[in-house]
Amino acid sequence: MLKVLKSGFFLTVQDLGRLGNRHIGVPISGVLDSISVKRANQMLGNNANDAVLEITMTGPTLQFEAAAYICLSGAQFSATLNNKPIENHQVVKVSQGDILSYGRLESGFRNYLAVKGGFKTTKVLGSRSQYFPVTEKKCRKDGDEIPFDETVMFEPPISEVKTKNHFERDYLEVYRGPEYNMLSDKQLASLFAKPFTVSKANNRMAYQLSELIEGHESSMLTSGTLPGTVQFTPAGRLIILMKDGQTTGGYPRILQLSEEAICVLAQKKFGDTLTFKLL
Amino acid sequence: MNNYSINIKPFGKRAILIEWPKQVNESILEDILDFSNSFQNLNLPNWEMSAAYNSLTMVNNIEDVEFKEMEQLIQDCYSKRTASGTKIQRYLWRIPVCYDAVFATDMEEVSKSLKISTEKLIALHTSSQYTVYGIGFLPGFMYLGGLPTELEITRRAEPRLSVKKGSVGLAGKQTGIYPQDSPGGWNIIGSCPIPIFDSKLENPCFVNVGDKIQFYKISKAEYDLRKIETEVGIYKLEKTPLNA
Repeated sequence: MLKVLKSGFFLTVQDLGRLGNRHIGVPISGVLDSISVKRANQMLGNNANDAVLEITMTGPTLQFEAAAYICLSGAQFSATLNNKPIENHQVVKVSQGDILSYGRLESGFRNYLAVKGGFKTTKVLGSRSQYFPVTEKKCRKDGDEIPFDETVMFEPPISEVKTKNHFERDYLEVYRGPEYNMLSDKQLASLFAKPFTVSKANNRMAYQLSELIEGHESSMLTSGTLPGTVQFTPAGRLIILMKDGQTTGGYPRILQLSEEAICVLAQKKFGDTLTFKLL
Repeated sequence: MNNYSINIKPFGKRAILIEWPKQVNESILEDILDFSNSFQNLNLPNWEMSAAYNSLTMVNNIEDVEFKEMEQLIQDCYSKRTASGTKIQRYLWRIPVCYDAVFATDMEEVSKSLKISTEKLIALHTSSQYTVYGIGFLPGFMYLGGLPTELEITRRAEPRLSVKKGSVGLAGKQTGIYPQDSPGGWNIIGSCPIPIFDSKLENPCFVNVGDKIQFYKISKAEYDLRKIETEVGIYKLEKTPLNA
């Protein structure tokens, strides 16, 4: 078990998501930054869908009740294991009783903790990803215990990699959305000319952007939405749906983020600025 | 079988959107579901489909799709369907609703604003067989069409921060049930004791798009009883096959 001594701001178990339930309105959920998770799971020789912990903004303090091998990825924290600094993308051996403490957030917004073999919480509708009320709880709290299988010996193929983080970029690559053609020249100009700021309303469901562009009066019938869909409200606000986002919506879908752009956005926080770059 | 003029659009790299004429209409919905069924019978791996009103969203969960190739395949599948293809059985579900004042927080206001008595409002609300045009917004939230025009009312000016699970509401041309506690701006006229969505069940949502819903009035005592029955798992849903 992994014991949560302090949960931090928002701690959840996530895998690659809950497939096959869109038709009954269940969001896909799963890790927001799949690029970081892929890297961490690969370094541990895990399956791509093995569950990790998603750590948002402020880090937790965690105690391992069994030996394990771990790898951190994503946002940069000043993390320590028994007070000794550890880095992202480094396979670290952990002994029973060791304490992992996340420290201060330095860059990015979400860190991922992968463990050899993955976290073994109960699957609901085929996935371990936490999403309330499909799963009983919204996030992990102080005192929770998260199961994993003990690993005493593991020879990692590579013990450490240095990579440039994908999320240092300040643009989002987008495709034209289904209602892209409704945009006027003026709206298009403001959409691509200036940067947008991430507003306080940002979470696993959606990121709202602070700046408005000229609004509209067009109405549509409720239709499908995806993670990365940019919704355009009549008031001119842009709302980017994320992995816990609703599966249908009634606002025009003017842009669609690439999977990579979703990973970039997942690492942005309140006040960060971004531009859209059409693919 | 109808053949509408359909519009096939890319929706990012891993999804395709197909749009039928912009109308709320049962024959269009039927055509969408029929096509969706035919496409699924092609047994292409990794596709997930969801229909809502006049559109079908098709998502490939594993890989990027070649739009031009898929567009042709979809167009062929649509125009070459045969009417003899297996039909999916649809049901009319009878759903109990308690319109008691304990739950119906906005009943008085709605009744005043629509200038009809509470009795008449309940009679109208339970008279119609509503078509499920989509499921989304929340897990198990049904978009129901067919509300009697006398019951059309604007949303509340300020949404509530939390509407209780099971609440039955009115908003615009729609009526519906909140499948979980949620913020919401609908006018609440009752509550349904049966969970519409339960992730612990093998089939978490008994309703499918294309089914119909009819509400019937129950007392507070009956509401409490149904609630206990569903909690211990002995409540039996009332359904009738459609076009049987």
